[in-house]
Amino acid sequence: MEVVQRYIYSDTELDRTEGEAIEALKARSQQPIPDPDKWLDEELERNILLTSLDAILDWARRSSLWPAICFPACCAFELIAANASRFDLSRFGMEILRASPRQADLMITAGTLTWKMAPQVKRIYDQMAEPKWVIAMGACGISGGIFRSSYNVVPGYNHIIPVDVYVPGCPPRPEALIHGIRMLQNKIAKEHIAIKLSPL
Amino acid sequence: MTVSLSTWDVANQIKEQFPDAVSEINDQAILVKSESLFEVAQYLKNRPELDFDYLNYISAVDYFDYFELVYQLTSINHNHSLILKTRCYGRDNPTLPSLVSLWRGADFQEREIYDLMGIRFDGHPNMKRIFLWDGFQGHPLRKDYL
Repeated sequence: MEVVQRYIYSDTELDRTEGEAIEALKARSQQPIPDPDKWLDEELERNILLTSLDAILDWARRSSLWPAICFPACCAFELIAANASRFDLSRFGMEILRASPRQADLMITAGTLTWKMAPQVKRIYDQMAEPKWVIAMGACGISGGIFRSSYNVVPGYNHIIPVDVYVPGCPPRPEALIHGIRMLQNKIAKEHIAIKLSPL
Repeated sequence: MTVSLSTWDVANQIKEQFPDAVSEINDQAILVKSESLFEVAQYLKNRPELDFDYLNYISAVDYFDYFELVYQLTSINHNHSLILKTRCYGRDNPTLPSLVSLWRGADFQEREIYDLMGIRFDGHPNMKRIFLWDGFQGHPLRKDYL
């Protein structure tokens, strides 16, 4: 039986480029990115004139969080459960999961991330428009979980993207995820429009 | 229910054709020498009474002294199956003949074995890593990895 290589097999050049991209990302992601929460302590330094504008903008932002689709593993099922009728995430203004990162402002990282997948997740994050937030969902999202010492698992999403809220659990119950989202909404409520700039 | 063929009967048939190919037989499997793996597999596939037209899986086991590869073959027409094993010595550059030209299903499985166990398959049309990326150091499913 003759094997038709032309249609089935990808170019080795593509493999090499992908491998180089992964190695480069791995090399520069050895240290976790600090959580973007220093400004939470800077309450007194804020400009008083902008508070009502802040209040309106933060209210708008926190009331319509649209998550991007980034569900590499099993935590996705708890996220789906949280979206479905029993737990009903749409109560918090986030009933739409956006397939396009351009329309999303929240990334819920539901699942184990491997280094091979990491460039894609980083790319989705980079494509999301500011302002954007990240919830690390589950043990794998926080620290790599039980797979932490594996040869190709990213030990926590905060090695490649800055994480705002951590929701522990393996997997977290939908209630825990909703609590995490409420925490994020409280965080957004305190935000100053001039502070939330790209942390990278 | 798929009938598991008697390994002794099949081994006798193989021995008629290839006297030196079989090195060990037990109730579960036939162990063939790696040099004659391809010929034996071709014989098992093409002989009408056996007609193994489906390769269920290839699995590789690391026993430190050698790697053992397990091939499960099934005949859809006759509804019987057989387990074929072979051994591959040496840890630096272990090599086995590829069975992609007999069963297309072997393609990704042989690539996976190469990726995680480091066994090369001669005659494979696309012998490269499948799960891990190009440039990954080592073969992580080996017992002495890390």
